Amino acid sequence: MNISVQGAPIYFTIPIFGGIPISATLVVTWLIMAIVTGLCLWLTHDMKVSNVSKRQAVAEFLVETARNFTVGNMGEKFAYFTPFVAALFTLSLLSNLISLVGLYSPTADLSTEAAWAVLVFALITYHKIKANGFGGYLKGFTQPIPVLTPFNILSEIATPISMACRHFGNILSGTVINALIYGALALASHALFGLLPGLLGDVLSQIPFLDVGLPAITSIYFDWFSGAMQAFIFCMLTTMYIANAAEAD
Amino acid sequence: MESAIVLAGCAIGAGLALIAGIGPGIGEGYAVGQALSAIGRQPECKGDVTSTMLLGCAIAETTGIYGFVTGLLLIFVAPGMFLGML
Repeated sequence: MNISVQGAPIYFTIPIFGGIPISATLVVTWLIMAIVTGLCLWLTHDMKVSNVSKRQAVAEFLVETARNFTVGNMGEKFAYFTPFVAALFTLSLLSNLISLVGLYSPTADLSTEAAWAVLVFALITYHKIKANGFGGYLKGFTQPIPVLTPFNILSEIATPISMACRHFGNILSGTVINALIYGALALASHALFGLLPGLLGDVLSQIPFLDVGLPAITSIYFDWFSGAMQAFIFCMLTTMYIANAAEAD
Repeated sequence: MESAIVLAGCAIGAGLALIAGIGPGIGEGYAVGQALSAIGRQPECKGDVTSTMLLGCAIAETTGIYGFVTGLLLIFVAPGMFLGML
């Protein structure tokens, strides 16, 4: 049984600026962007004011849910954050679930979460500076006692790192455990069917029969529950950190 | 000889890294206990309490996941990397 845990497979390298690697992360993210764009276009074409179709009712429900979530966490004046939060949630959810169809999940690569965390960190810093001024922002680090300044800086840096690593760790561990379960069941199936005599045993032992069924049950937790939960938590932490940063001390 | 020390170090380190699993186990068990007593006190808020508890547990899980990912990296990625540097 050879399981290898590596980063994203690199497909080819564009030979400019010292080589830009086109990895599976990028390709699957492009696919997900195409899916989300297609979904948005399909949900919102041909809208009417009255006598709405079911498709439009679903679209309105999604928008209302996103808006209630954003406004509920951040207050009415941040309603313009709804598209950002909804996009983050949809990208994260689809990236986590795309491993169910066999593709490499882009969130199993730390680069994806790190990019999102950098965005959120930039937003938090911008809102802190906007609420308190640049001097107030720097002074906020010395706030309860000046001795605590290094700890405040550390906790400020730890915010995006922990957001990225929490999401990445959950999804990566899900993919590794799934690979291990598939490998172990294939090995068990090979040993079991190898007991059959002769050619029948040789042929049947190459087909991993035991791989049907049990991995689906564990993937309900690791892919569906954990994926949806991590997407939701990432968005909730985003809204709460930004709302926290924007209230002036 | 050095490669034996490197591989042994990676294996022992992976085992030590997973001691981090104790924390979330105790903390989340305590949180679930508090949630159960809240439901016992007020049975009609079961839905709210359950979803808030699951949310809190997923955030408290973070440090356990840090340890788990460190263990995974030590088993699968570190030997290749360190033996390549030898």
